This record gives sequence, C-alpha cells and structure tokens, in this order.
Amino acid sequence: MTTSKSEEMSYPVDHPEHAGELEHRAPAGDPIPDPGLHDPGPRYTDVNPQAQKRADRQVAGMFGLASILIIASIVAYVAFEIETPEGVPNVGEVQVSNFALGMTLGLALLLIGLGAVQWARTLMTSPEFAENRKPLVSSDEVRQATLESFNTGAEETQFGRRKLIRNSLLGAMALLPLPAIVLLRDLGPLPGDTKENTVWAEGVRLLTDVTYQPIRPAQLELGQLVNVMPATYRDLPDHGPAKINERAKSPVMLIRMLPEELSPFDDRENWHVDGIIAYSKICTHAGCPISLYERTTHHMLCPCHQSTFDLADNGKVVFGPATRPLPQLPLAVDNEGYLVAQSDFTEPVGPSYWERGTR
Amino acid sequence: MSTTTRTGSDVSTSNNAVLQGAGKVVGFVDQRIAANNWLKRNLRKIFPDHWSFLLGEIALYSLILVLLSGVFLTLWFKPSMAHIIYDGAYVPMRGIGMSEAYASTLQISFEVRGGLLMRQIHHWGTLIFIAAMSVHMLRIFFTGAYRKPRELNWVIGLLLLTLGITNGFTGYSLPDDLLSGTGLRIIEAGILAIPVVGTYVSYFLFGGEYPGEDIISRFYAIHILLVPGLIIALVTVHLMLVWYQKHTQWAGAGKTEKNVVGYPFFPIYVAKAGGFTFIVFGFIVLMSALIQVNPLWFYGPYDPSQVTAGVQPDWYVGFLDGALRVMPPWEFTIFGYHVTPSVLLPAVILPGVLLTLLALYPWIEQRITGDRREHHILERPRNVPVRTGLGVAFIVFYILLWIAGGNDFFATTLHIPVNWVSRFLQVSLIVMPPLAFWITKRICLGLQRRDRDKVLHGMESGVIMVSPEGEFTERHSPLSAAQAYALTAHERPQVHEAGAPTDANGIPNPNYKHDRRRARISRFYFGDVIPKPTREELEHGHHGHAELEAHSGSDATSDQH
Ligand code: HEM
Ligand code: FES
Repeated sequence: MTTSKSEEMSYPVDHPEHAGELEHRAPAGDPIPDPGLHDPGPRYTDVNPQAQKRADRQVAGMFGLASILIIASIVAYVAFEIETPEGVPNVGEVQVSNFALGMTLGLALLLIGLGAVQWARTLMTSPEFAENRKPLVSSDEVRQATLESFNTGAEETQFGRRKLIRNSLLGAMALLPLPAIVLLRDLGPLPGDTKENTVWAEGVRLLTDVTYQPIRPAQLELGQLVNVMPATYRDLPDHGPAKINERAKSPVMLIRMLPEELSPFDDRENWHVDGIIAYSKICTHAGCPISLYERTTHHMLCPCHQSTFDLADNGKVVFGPATRPLPQLPLAVDNEGYLVAQSDFTEPVGPSYWERGTR
Repeated sequence: MSTTTRTGSDVSTSNNAVLQGAGKVVGFVDQRIAANNWLKRNLRKIFPDHWSFLLGEIALYSLILVLLSGVFLTLWFKPSMAHIIYDGAYVPMRGIGMSEAYASTLQISFEVRGGLLMRQIHHWGTLIFIAAMSVHMLRIFFTGAYRKPRELNWVIGLLLLTLGITNGFTGYSLPDDLLSGTGLRIIEAGILAIPVVGTYVSYFLFGGEYPGEDIISRFYAIHILLVPGLIIALVTVHLMLVWYQKHTQWAGAGKTEKNVVGYPFFPIYVAKAGGFTFIVFGFIVLMSALIQVNPLWFYGPYDPSQVTAGVQPDWYVGFLDGALRVMPPWEFTIFGYHVTPSVLLPAVILPGVLLTLLALYPWIEQRITGDRREHHILERPRNVPVRTGLGVAFIVFYILLWIAGGNDFFATTLHIPVNWVSRFLQVSLIVMPPLAFWITKRICLGLQRRDRDKVLHGMESGVIMVSPEGEFTERHSPLSAAQAYALTAHERPQVHEAGAPTDANGIPNPNYKHDRRRARISRFYFGDVIPKPTREELEHGHHGHAELEAHSGSDATSDQH
C-alpha cells in the first residue's frame, strides 16, 4: 500500500546566471546513475491485521496511562505537604513532593509523546514523497519589473534632485540616536574616585568579621588567619547599597607569621605589627574573595582561577593569571592596644581597570 | 475577472465529529483571510527524516518548556536586592540577612508546591536548550548545511546561541546566591578590562559601584523580556526560513538538488514532531524530578567577601572560565592607563573572535572554493576533509578550555599540582588543535578511500572462502545500486589552477599573484581529496570480486530515466 512517487523533474533553470547551477551533481562520467526513489514495501502493520490491532492497543494504552498519571500528579500535589507550621527543617519533605510531582508529570508527558510517535510510525499510512524545490531566486522578468517599480518610486520622490531635503533628513536621522544614548546617562553615577577609596582610614580598628570584635595582637596565634572588616563598615546602614558595596572592596585577611619570615619592601618595613600583616581579600585578577591559605608556604590561593599570592613576600603573585600583588593594609596599634589601620590601602583593590594608576 | 467560484463552503468530507469541527475552524479562518490558499500548498509539505535533524527540534521544545516554567517562576520571584532578615519556611536560614531575590527563590523552593520542580525544569531546560543548540550547530557545520542559500539561518542560529547563553547567565544571576554573585563579579572584571570605557560601562550597568542594588532588577528585565523577546522573534524567522527554503537532505537514491524526499507535514510530521515535543518535555521533567540542579540553599545568600571553593559554573560558561584560568598574567600600561590582556583576552576578545569567525565561515568558504551555487544535498563530513578538520580542531580547542575550567578538579583527582595541569593545558591549546586537524583530515581521507573500495569491490561480508587451490579470500558482497549511488553522489571538487604569469603575448597577468594565492588555498582545501571511481574504473574493477550491479535495485520504481 505504500507507493513511491517521484514527480517529474521540472526545475526551471532559465536564469542565465544560474543556468546549470543545479545540474552540477552527477556530471558526466559519474559511475552510478541515480536508481530513483526506493519503495521500502509495506510495513509489518500494513499487512498484518493482528499487528495492527496490537499497535492500536499499544498507542491507546500509552495515552490512557498518561491520563492516569496526570490524575496521580494532582493527588501527589495534595498528598505531599511541603510546609509545616514550624517550617521546613531540611530539604527532605520538599524533595518527596518534587519527586512525586515530577515523576507523574514527566512520565505522563513522555507517554503522550511516545504514543504519538508510535502512532505515526506504525499506523499512519502516508507514503514517502518527492516534492520539487522552487528556485530561490526570482525570474529575470520579475527582477526587472521590481527594479523598474523601485526606480519609478525613487524618481517620484525626487530624492536625487532635492539635495536640501535629502541632507536635512539625513542630518536629523543621524542625530536621532543621540537622545537615546543621553537618556541612559542616569543608569549610574560616574566612577569619580570611588574605586580608589574604601572606608579604611588612619586609626580605623580592625574588627573580626561577623562578630565585630576589635583585635589585640596577642590574641592572634602564629599561622592563624582571621577575616576582618573596618570598624567604619559596621556603622554603615543595613539598607541601601553602601554596605554591600563596601563589603565588595574592604574585606581584609589578617595573618600572623614570624617577623623574620617576612621580607617587606623597604617602604613597608613598619606595615606589620610583630609579624601580623594584613592584605586585601579581593583577588586582583577578577575580584573573587581569596580563601585558601597554606600555612607552611604562606601561599594564598584564589579558588576562582588559582592565582596564588605569597603573603610573606608583599603579596606577590607566584602563580596564575593575576597580574598584580594583593594590596597590603598598613597596620599599627592604637593607644588602647587594638590593631588599627595606618591609612586606607595605598592602591585600588580588586581587578585592574583602565584609569587605575592615573589617580 | 476570475472564473473561480468562491462559495466559501466549509470543506469537511469526514463524518468524524472531531475532524468536522476542525474543518469548520479552517472554513471560518478561510472565509476571513483566504488561508486555504496557503494551507493547500503547505499541509502536505514534505520534510525529510534523519536523526540529526532532530537536534534543532530538541532545542525548540526545550525552549518552550523554559519559557513556560519561567512564567511560573515570575509569579513569586521578587527581583529586588533590598536587604531583609529571612523568616521563611526553610528553618536553617532563619534570621540570616539576605536580598529579597534570594528569599523569594527560597520561597519558590520551599513554600510553593511544585516550585522546586519548576525551578529545576527551568534550569535543566536551559542546560539542554543550550546543549541542543550547540550540537545542532555542529551538525549544520559538519554537513555543510550552512551553504548557500542557508547562510542567513546560520547567522541567526549563532545569534540564538549567543542570546541563549546570555539569558542563561542573567537567569543564573537572578537568585542572588553565593554562586551567582561570584559569577557576576567575574563578569564585572571582564567589563572593567575593556579599555577606555570599561569602568564607565560597569558603573552604568551596576548603577554605581559593584554590586550595588540595581543589577538584579535590571537583569530581570533583560532576562524575562528583552532577550526572550529577541529569541522568540529570531526563532520565528529561523523556522520560517527553514519552511520556505525547504529542508536539506542526505544524498541517496531519488534525491536530487531539485527535490526534497520525505513524509508529508500533515499528518506524519505533525504527529512525530508533536510527539517528540512531549518526549522532550517528559525527559526534562523526569530529570528535574530525579537530579538536583542548583541547590542554592546550600550556597547561602550572596556575600562579596565569601566564596565556595570547587564549584563549577553552568556548562556553557565553562570554556570562558577555563580561558581565564590558563591565561598568562599579562598587563601593561600605556601613558599610565592600564590594559589587562590577562582578563580582556579570554573574557572579551576570545568570545568575540570565535563568534565572528563562525558567523563569517560560510562566506570564507565561498571565497576559498569559489562555489556560489545553491546546495540542498548535505555533504558527508569525510568528503570535505578540511572543513571537518577545522571543525574538529575547534571542538578540541573548546574542550581543552572547558577542561581548563575544571583544572582544580583534575589536579585533585589526579593528585598533581594544579600548575602542572595549567601548563599542560597552555601547551595543549596551541599544539592540539592543529594536531586534531591533521589527524581528522587523515581519517577523512582514509574513509574516502574505503568508500571508493566499497563501490569498486563491494562490501566485506566477513565470509571467508577457500578456493580449490587452498587460497583464502573474503567474499565481498555487492552494494545495492542505492547504496553505491549514495556513496558516489557527491561532487568532484575542482582545485583551482593558477593561470600563467604571462599571456601568450608575454603580457604579464595583473591578477597572477592573487590567482596563485587562490590556487594555493584551493589546493589546501581540496588537494588531497580521493577521487571517486569513474565509470571506466568501475567497469574494470569488476574482475575477481563480486559485481556491483547497477540495476540490482530492481525494486526501485524509478520513473526518472
Ligand atoms: C531563553 C530563555 C531562558 C533561559 C535560558 C533562562 C535561564 C534561567 C536560569 C539558568 C535561571 C536560574 C534558575 C535557578 O537555578 O534558579 C533562571 C531564573 C529565572 N528565570 Fe529564566 N530563562 C529563560 C527565560 C525566562 C523567561 C521567559 C522567564 C519569564 C517570563 C524567566 C523567568 C525566570 C525567573 C523569574 C527566574 C528567577 C527565579 C529562580 O531562579 O528560581 N526565564 N532563568
Ligand atoms: S579571581 Fe582570583 S584568580 Fe581569578
């Protein structure tokens, strides 16, 4: 019952520019002539009523099962509460509901899909066809006529002759995008010197992160690393961007080493307090907070792209894509004996940018 | 004027209620916009069938599911970075300060039944959407389906891939968890690395300093309106072009450049594609039921001073992350201004260059081959070894970058220092793609030779025969005419030969240099191709082995010749 047809080839190759263009396949001398469309013959289900019936039942069965699963998904929705009055202590309840809903719905969808495909494959009787392609270029006459229409229209505008109109229109159109750009101006403030400054300043105490306790040098053990924030940060309002912005550039890590392990630059001799030294936590590569400290080597590794910095040697890059050492925060002790900053960072923290170094 | 009668009567010859109803609808529409003029031509439109044509469909259907689940998420999601103290249902997070965006994502996950499922469907759907687009694109590339007249759809497809990745990234940023924030911070560094305007662009994007309080609501508008709108528009054009230009097909008996062989749109394609839609939906929903994705309650809210180690970004940004990891630390200053290739190159220039090269490839190839004809029959990758080699070299480059994105993972699993992994990858990125090109080309040529042998001598049957003289030979079974035709239907590429430097009168050819360059490139592209057998060779090749009977396909009802 499946028949193959391949219609008469009548590709209009009348275009001089394209003449023969589609004839290039099977050029002379090709070994095998096209044997033509092949008739696969009837399918099993086409000739076997028994098989047909079976396929029929299969497809209907899949659709029927899908209905049952859809109902089951509604049951699952009602049956599996995810929220108790005390709240959800762990992920468990939610996952049960997720599993039940997802399995029922997913299987229902899958069965509808499989049923439809099975129907098409086994029972729908469409034969294979060949259909002619139409040329994807218009004929010469149509091209010519289009060009003429266009020329006539263009002529009627007198666009070519009315230079003043043309130029003034072009001018107006050229200006039109400007307001669109200008209107975007208020998307954000200009950088100013915000990238160069943090809330660290002379005499600002170092507070332990989270608990906000000031730190005495004696509290820090050898090799210990503490995350700290400036006291000025704690006082910023919780609402508004100031606090989170500062959190993105002020974090500092404080490490104690033996003073003789340090090899500070000449102008940094007095930036540490008894081997206690502070660096920006913001990676100079792409701004990730650095976190993995190796005590024996004094190496600090950034988990994002593995830039590694030597904290004993002025934060120098020893490996990875970072280009600059970690900025160091100069330390001192105030008259109550707590660690404070001598000043803000002496260079911008975080990733590089164009204007860096010009201010 | 017209002699056509226009009674406007509904056509429904069936006595089935459903079909009659459908007929009424068609009639209603036809009487308003004469839709049947179009339907008549298109209902039985032919679509060829091949598994590789399903890849684009997977992309389409997963996109539909992503759009649907996304709308569900908007019903609860709050695109706000305002600071709140969490007191929702998820007990471990109670009392913690976070943004409203993160809190509302927790709400969707823990207080909305089916909310977690929808989040996972949205996320899995995205991963599959982008993967399907990528593999679909590879299929188009390796089979030459992008050739004239389909270059436009190639470019549209690339745009869709880019937009898909963009939307995936903006979506990933919306929940404002620790991971998404880390990704955002790296994007900020990429923007800052753009010379001259980078800092300004960053301040305009984030509404001031990073991270500010604007980025999530801005990304939200981009994520649910701008980019999906563009994607839907481009997908529509993409499909209209496929429809109008008709699908490509593989070479084979009865298939020519002038026809398209396959099954009618209605009912076969409607049923198969419709069914396949539900299969894709079903798979994604089942994955979402069974495999957790982005469990952001583990990561906690975004805190710019914290990071979780060893967590990977979504797969489609992995190659950029890898590129950032293996770049050497380059930075220099000009007149006091900083340029940082260490970030600029992998984050901005690399994706830009890759996209541009890919977008231009159809035209680059046209220049090289000089072939500006229409093509509707696909090419087997082996028959165009240089293209296939370039494609494989690209894949190898991409995979190496992707591996680089997990260099720490490989270092810990293989117990080697991470800098060894990076060094190895740096060298590999330079050495391996050319090597892959060369090997692939060799393999293609080998396969071509095998095809040639098959046509000349038949297929190895695996049956060993002993001749009366005690000689062992393997029996070769002949190919059917259809098989042999499919193996030889491709073109013989013409290597461009440069003309003489001077013409017959000794006048120098002004285009000689250009011509010679073209010849050289053409030789590079086509030079090594194994010629397919000619008719004469075939006739001589018959001795000894089983014959190839050109008319063995007697079952073919060919009315063409
Ligand atoms: C190309 C299309 C899209 C892609 C690739 C995409 C991708 C993503 C991804 C990866 C996420 C993070 C999901 C998570 O793990 O939580 C996300 C979140 C989200 N998407 Fe989409 N999305 C698309 C379209 C849409 C559309 C059309 C809408 C709504 C009209 C939408 C609404 C949302 C919402 C509200 C969220 C945040 C809620 C949440 O993360 O749970 N998305 N998107
Ligand atoms: S952000 Fe630290 S290495 Fe990239």
